[in-house]
Amino acid sequence: MNAIVVGALGSIDDAVLAAIAGGLERAFHLPVRSMPPLQEPSFAYDAQRGQYSSVLVLRHLLEHVPESTIRLLGVTDRDLFIPMLSFVLGQAQLNGPGAVISLARLRQEFYGFPPDADVLRLRAVKEAVHEIGHTFGLTHCSDSTCPMSLSNTVRHVDAKGPELCSSCTSLFEERKPPLPTMNNRPRAAG
Amino acid sequence: MMTHWPILVVDDEEVMRESLAAWLREDGYTVDTATSGAEALDKARSLDYAIYFVDLKMPGGIDGIETMMEVRKIHPEASIIIVTAYATVDTAITAMKEGAQEYIVKPCNPEEISLLVGRIIKVKNLQRENTILRKKLTKQYRFHDIISKSPAMLKIFDLVRDVASLRSTVLIQGESGTGKELIARAIHFSGDRTNKPFVGVSCAALAETLLESELFGHEKGSFTGAVSQRMGKFEMANGGTIFLDEIGDISSKLQMDLLRILQERTFYRVGGTEELEVDVRVIAATNVDLARAVREGKFRDDLYYRLNVISIHIPPLRERKEDIPLLVETFIERLVHELGKEVTGVSEGALRILMNYDWPGNVRELENAVERAIVTAKAKLITEEDCAFIGSSPSGEAEKWNVPTDMTLEQAENTIITATLKRTNGNISEAAGILGIDRSTLYDRIKKYNLPRQ
Repeated sequence: MNAIVVGALGSIDDAVLAAIAGGLERAFHLPVRSMPPLQEPSFAYDAQRGQYSSVLVLRHLLEHVPESTIRLLGVTDRDLFIPMLSFVLGQAQLNGPGAVISLARLRQEFYGFPPDADVLRLRAVKEAVHEIGHTFGLTHCSDSTCPMSLSNTVRHVDAKGPELCSSCTSLFEERKPPLPTMNNRPRAAG
Repeated sequence: MMTHWPILVVDDEEVMRESLAAWLREDGYTVDTATSGAEALDKARSLDYAIYFVDLKMPGGIDGIETMMEVRKIHPEASIIIVTAYATVDTAITAMKEGAQEYIVKPCNPEEISLLVGRIIKVKNLQRENTILRKKLTKQYRFHDIISKSPAMLKIFDLVRDVASLRSTVLIQGESGTGKELIARAIHFSGDRTNKPFVGVSCAALAETLLESELFGHEKGSFTGAVSQRMGKFEMANGGTIFLDEIGDISSKLQMDLLRILQERTFYRVGGTEELEVDVRVIAATNVDLARAVREGKFRDDLYYRLNVISIHIPPLRERKEDIPLLVETFIERLVHELGKEVTGVSEGALRILMNYDWPGNVRELENAVERAIVTAKAKLITEEDCAFIGSSPSGEAEKWNVPTDMTLEQAENTIITATLKRTNGNISEAAGILGIDRSTLYDRIKKYNLPRQ
C-alpha cells in the first residue's frame, strides 16, 4: 500500500519513530510505515563544522526509496547544517519527495537540561509534520500554533501544536490528489 | 505567501546556492539562483528581484561587490545582501559603501536570516504602500490637468470653481511655464460653457495685422491674400471662451478693438461693415506686469480694468517647491508610456537636485527636464547622474530676455556683457566668442563699465 515512509539514519529510539509515524498519520490522514534503518550519515560529516550536511544526507536518503512510497522522511540524531546557516532542524524538498529531520537540537540535553523523552517525541512529531508538509507544497504558516509555522529554535517548536491549522489542512487537501508514489516519479537530486 | 518579492541567490557553489534557495522557498518566497555574477546580471535584466543574496567570492569574471554594483545600476532600489565566509572589516566597509543593504558572514543563525529577510520585506511593503498612497494623493491634488498641493494653488482652484460659471473676464498673470493656459482651460471646463468651444490665441506669435484678422476674421479682398471671407477666433468661440495669451504684447490699435468687444460685445471683421455680436467669455494671460505697463503708458488702463475683473496670479514653481515631487511623479507616469521606458521614479539624490533648483522656466522646464532624464535613464530610477544637466545650460524660454524699451544702449550693453561673463564663469575668450567681438574689445568694455569678471 502507498504510504509515507519513515526511516532512521543510524540508531533511533523506536518510541520516537512510532510517535512520528502516528503524528504524520493524524496530520495528513495517509498511511505511514517504517523502513529498515539506513547507515549513520558519517559520509556527510564536515570536520570543520563538526556537523552533518543535510543536503548530502537528503541525497543519500533519496537513493534508498522503498517501493510504494508517497513521501520519505529520514530521521537522524546528528546535528544538521546547510552552508549558509549555523544549523537546521530539518530540510525538505518543497513539492519534492523527501525530507530529513534532526533530533540533535530537539533534545533537552542539548541545552544542558536532563533528558525528557516525552518532550523529544512531541518536538520530533512537530518537526516531522513540518518537513513532510513542505514536501506537499505547504510553505510557512503565519499561525504560530500550526506545525507549518517557521521554527528556528525549540522555543518556537514548543509553541506550536502537532495538528495542521485549518488553512494548511485545506491547502493540503487541495494538493493531495493525485499522489503518485515516489517510485513512479523521476528521482530528484538533493 | 510572499510570492511578489522574488529573491535571487548568487553563488558559484551549488550546495550553498541550492540549500539557501530551498530554505527561502520554504518560507514562501519565489527564489531563483545564479551561478555567477554574469548570470545574475542577465537575470536581473529580465526580472526585478527584491532581494539579492550575493556571495562575495566568486571565481572568474566579476566578484560579489562588482555584481552588486552592476545590479544597483539596473535596479537601484534592490536590496543586496553580501554573503561571505571570510569576515574582514575592509570588505564589510566596501560592501556597505557600495550600497549593500547587509553584510553577513556564513554560517549565520537561521533566526538572523529570517529576521533580516522579514525586515527587508516589511520595508518594501511599506515603500509599496507609500507609492500607492502617493498615487492616491496625486489624484487628490489634481484639478483638471493641474497638479498642486500648495496652499496658494489650492486657493486658485477654489477661485476657479467660484468663477467658472460667471461671464466675467479673467486676467491670469504668472511667469512663463506656470500653467496659465491650464488654469484658463480649468475655468472653461469647470463652468457651464464646458460644452462650447475653448479657443486659444497667442497674441505674441502674430504680427499686428495678422492678429487682427486672426481675432476678428476678414472679408474677402480686405487685404492682399484675403481671397475669401474668414471667420475670426471671436466668432469661433461664440458661446464659449476665448483665451488671449500674452495679452501684454498687443498693439495700441488692437487694445482699442479689444476694449470695444469687451464693452459692447460687438466687433467688425477686417474690411467689413457689418457689426457682429458674440457671446464670448474672455480670459487673458500675460507674463508681463500689466499694472506697471499701465503706469508706464504702454497698456490702456481702461482695457486693463476691463480684463482684470477677476485676477489670478499663479506663483512660480520656486515658491511652491512642495509640488515638485507630485509633478515629477505625474510626468514620469505619463512620459514613460510615450517614451517606452521602464522608469518608475527618482532616486533620493535626483529628487534633491530637482528640489534645489529654482526652475526659472517653471513647470514647463521641469517637465522638459524630467523627459530628458527619462530618456537618458539606464535604470528604473532616475539618478543624480541623469539630472546632472539641470541648471548647467540655458533653459530655453526661461533664459529668453525681453528687451526693456526704457534702457539706454550702454545699459543694455552692460547687462548683456555681465550676463555673458557670468555664463562663461569669467572666461574672456568664450564670452568674446559668444558676443561676437574680439577679446580686446571685451576688455575695453569690462574696464569701461567696471564689470566683475564673473
